[in-house]
This record gives sequence, C-alpha cells and structure tokens, in this order.
Amino acid sequence: MAVKVKIPTPLQRLTQGKEEVDGAPGTIINLVTELDKKFPGIAERISEGGKVRRFVNVYVNEEDIRFLQAEATVVKDGDEVSIVPAIAGGENAYSVKRYSEKRNILTL
Amino acid sequence: MAVVNYLTIPKHIFDEMIAHCKEAYPNEACGILAGKGNEVSKVYKMSNIEKSSVSYFMDSKEQFKVMKDMRENNLSMSAIFHSHPSSPAYPSAKDVSLAFYDDCVYVIVSLMEQEPVVKGFLIREGAIKEVRISVK
Repeated sequence: MAVKVKIPTPLQRLTQGKEEVDGAPGTIINLVTELDKKFPGIAERISEGGKVRRFVNVYVNEEDIRFLQAEATVVKDGDEVSIVPAIAGGENAYSVKRYSEKRNILTL
Repeated sequence: MAVVNYLTIPKHIFDEMIAHCKEAYPNEACGILAGKGNEVSKVYKMSNIEKSSVSYFMDSKEQFKVMKDMRENNLSMSAIFHSHPSSPAYPSAKDVSLAFYDDCVYVIVSLMEQEPVVKGFLIREGAIKEVRISVK
C-alpha cells in the first residue's frame, strides 16, 4: 500500500493521463520531490523553493495542509493526498506580474 | 483532451448563474458549472473569498467539497464562471494567467450594461478562444 495521490486534470498530462498515482510516505514536500522522479516536471507545477505554490491547494484526506503542518505534514501509507489548483482571476489587469509564477502551470 | 466548441446550459441554470452574479454585485461572483462534457446539468454557486469588485478567489474548502461531489455524481467540471461587474465579458490578463483548468470553458458574466452579457472562452497557454454558449 502506498499514499494515494489524486492528480488534477491540468496535471494529468504529466502522469500519462492517470487520475491517481502512488506517492511516497513522509512529508508532503518529500512526496512531491519523489513524484517528480516518476513524472518529471510535476514538482515545479506544485511547489517552488520547497513551498507549495500559493495557487495550489493540497489536502491530506479531507484537511488542507495549510491547517496542518503545511509542507512538513507527514503522510503515511493509505492516506489520500489531493492536489487542487485554485480557481481565481478577475477583471483587474494591472497585477499580472504577481501572478506570472502561474505561467509554469499554464505551459504544461 | 476533448475539443470543446460549445457549451449548453439549461435556462434555469443560466438564470441561477446570473442571479448569483447580481447578488454579489458590485463584487465579483464565481461558481462552477458541472455536467457531462459540454452539457451542463448543475450549478455550484461559490464564495469569492476576496470579496472584491475586481478579483475573485474561489473558497478552496468549498471547491474541494464540490470536486468531491462532482466525482461522486459522475459529473465533470464543464465550466468555471465569474462576473465582471464593470468590464466586458472577455478574459482579463489576470484571468488568462490564472486559467489552470484548460479543459474547462471559462464563462464570464459582464454586468457593466443593463442587460448581462455572457460569453465563454477556452484559455490555453495564454491563447483565448471564444466558445459558443447555447441556452436551452
């Protein structure tokens, strides 16, 4: 048994279309790093500099990791990790720079 | 990835979406249209945690619950909608840079005129393509 990782549709191109993949037990950031070995490119879509990106939500079972120990949250075999990109935007156009980090996800 | 050329929204769902946008006015509203492929059959009216007239950020907790609900009901996320209270129904630079769900139609409801204007777009790798919306 491994950690179950639910992959959102925008990232499934990196997991050969798989909606769910196996992850390594340990901290969330370790799980992301390990996932990248199997699915190169996925880590930078989820995290940057060892932190989960602002516009990506990560859940362990039903809990948002921001309310647990964030990237240091430990997962074990049988846990379910969900990666859920945020839904955001709006009519103002002047703050594009702030959001340019998102480009990485857009150019999958 | 399926090719999306249109989005079909039942009239009562379309009206609910507009009502949700008007309720939030002058702030932006947001929500999810779920269904099978391009055929919408359910609307989820979501909270904009930014409570702003120029931006929206869908409540992530609500979003997670809705994703689960859609999975359990065998529905997919056909479209994501939000309102532009005082600008046209066209994606802003911010909308484009934050459009992660490139297999979904982004529906924009403009409330800048007396009558709402609703348009749908696919946003992929920074490119915007309008998608026909049919209300039935």
